[in-house]
Amino acid sequence: MAQTITEKILARRAGRTDVEPGEIVMCKVDLAMANDVTAPAAVTAFNKIGAPRVWDRHKVALVASHFAPAKDIASAKLMTRMRAFAIEQEIEHFFDVGRGGIEHILLPEEALVLPGEIIIGADSHSCTYGALGCFSTGVGSTDLAAVLATGEIWLRVPESMKIVYSGRPGRWVVGKDLILSVIARIGDDGARYMAMEHTGEGIAHLSMDSRLTLTNMAIEAGAKSGIIPPDARTFGYIAERQEATGRHSELEPLHSDPDAAYAQTLEVDVDAIEPMIAKPSLPSRAVPVSEVERMKVDQVFIGSCTNARIEDLRIAAHVLGEEVVAPHVRLMVIPATQRVWQQANAEGLLERFAAAGAAVSTPTCGACLGAHMGVLGPGEVCLSTSNRNYVGRMGDPTAQVYLANPAVAMATAVAGAIVHPDEVRPDVIELEGALVG
Amino acid sequence: MYGDNVDTDVIIPARYLTTTDESVLAAHALEDLDPSFASSVQEGDVVVAGANFGCGSSREHAPVALKGAGVSAVVASSFARIFFRNAINTGLVVMACPEAVAATEPGDAVCVDLAKAEVRNETKGIAWKPEPLPEFVMDIVRAGGLVPWTKGRLESQRS
Ligand code: SF4
Repeated sequence: MAQTITEKILARRAGRTDVEPGEIVMCKVDLAMANDVTAPAAVTAFNKIGAPRVWDRHKVALVASHFAPAKDIASAKLMTRMRAFAIEQEIEHFFDVGRGGIEHILLPEEALVLPGEIIIGADSHSCTYGALGCFSTGVGSTDLAAVLATGEIWLRVPESMKIVYSGRPGRWVVGKDLILSVIARIGDDGARYMAMEHTGEGIAHLSMDSRLTLTNMAIEAGAKSGIIPPDARTFGYIAERQEATGRHSELEPLHSDPDAAYAQTLEVDVDAIEPMIAKPSLPSRAVPVSEVERMKVDQVFIGSCTNARIEDLRIAAHVLGEEVVAPHVRLMVIPATQRVWQQANAEGLLERFAAAGAAVSTPTCGACLGAHMGVLGPGEVCLSTSNRNYVGRMGDPTAQVYLANPAVAMATAVAGAIVHPDEVRPDVIELEGALVG
Repeated sequence: MYGDNVDTDVIIPARYLTTTDESVLAAHALEDLDPSFASSVQEGDVVVAGANFGCGSSREHAPVALKGAGVSAVVASSFARIFFRNAINTGLVVMACPEAVAATEPGDAVCVDLAKAEVRNETKGIAWKPEPLPEFVMDIVRAGGLVPWTKGRLESQRS
């Protein structure tokens, strides 16, 4: 039977030759992840289940990300609980403050997620890992606890939505703009319960960093997962990450059959996509930046699991050039992981941001969820490179959050109001084969 | 009664995620959407809402906060999948029934029977039979949630 990449992965881990959308299967999990917000509740549930040990201490990743470094006593206690569990269970992949960062950028970087695998994360943006050709999805703490105890999870096989991208991204257009334009088209629940499979020549042009942004926001369309069939660029990226981390495992990639069935197919003309901006308070309220009035902003946030990789920071630095941040704007730059931070530092990017008047911090989710490092006050306006602009997401419920890519974000920080990057930096550079800046 | 896309950030804002205490979470349930919710909700109340209820973050604090506030069930036109799983796992009754949502007005007495897969609007005297939960999921509900279900599974594997 012809199958999609998602069906093939689920079938293999369920010990079956094929599966059909809608059926419920028990699958073996290759990696289970939790963070400082979700791990403590998972540990409580794990203890209630009564399993003495996690099913495989080499297949669990625990990451201090959301409130890290601990922002107050309560969050310090959450981290203490996670740390104690990591020690007690001898969890191999425990990433504490100063050694990790935001899980969704960290795990691919650490070569811990690979094509053909099943990754279950107690965080909704666990769909990000699909950019490497694996099935990955987010669950709550109790689901994660059951995985920790058994190494298995029940999954309803999702219908797949095939999104075929033609053309090549133009100036300033990155993964963020592709996914925002798709969500604007299909709505905040347009792919509810589905696997979004991104294919076509438009994808071939995207860097890995951009691809990870594309799958990161599958959840913002209500999808169960996002996936990009692995290609030469994927394998090149993995080889590089395996080399850098010394983690070498065999790859078992899978691909969709050409005649596989899809619940829905969407065609996207990448040539026609402009840098996008999502207006408050839903990601689906995305429009081209050129259609938005010059909205004055109080804060710009360049960070989060969506856009705080090295490519994002390079783009932001390019747009910044020798300019400075507008006097009335607070610019927060939060590199996603320790490695990204070090790389950006080595390239002189952090110094450039700081010299321009930005507050540069250690890796954390921080401002993205209104936790710390840039919480918004009443009525404030923020442009964020993150993935959610819901009411109250970044602080006070009356604050307004706009979402955009790092080029738009930095241009906005310099201009003091929402502008197209062309207005600040007319010249273009090429990064990883794409005209991203 | 609430509209579409009630997300988990408004069900329980991140500023309260430093606790897992049900009563603390309950006191702040839905506060950014409806500041009067926690003080007006009565034990056993049913929340009725539009499409994509519970979208966003995977925080299990969301169904826990609603349950803790006294909500017995949520009837929505549709649910976001992580919230749906979390609700089943933690024992909050959830039922997707767009017809019931369309016909219900604020203040109507609504009741939900998971086992019979039935939603009733007692005020209007109408009942609906939405699509039942898959048998597999009903097993988890009958076991009392995922924790006892998994416990049972591990025990039967051992014996
Ligand atoms: S950066 Fe934001 S969206 Fe990503 S995992 Fe952290 S809190 Fe969630």
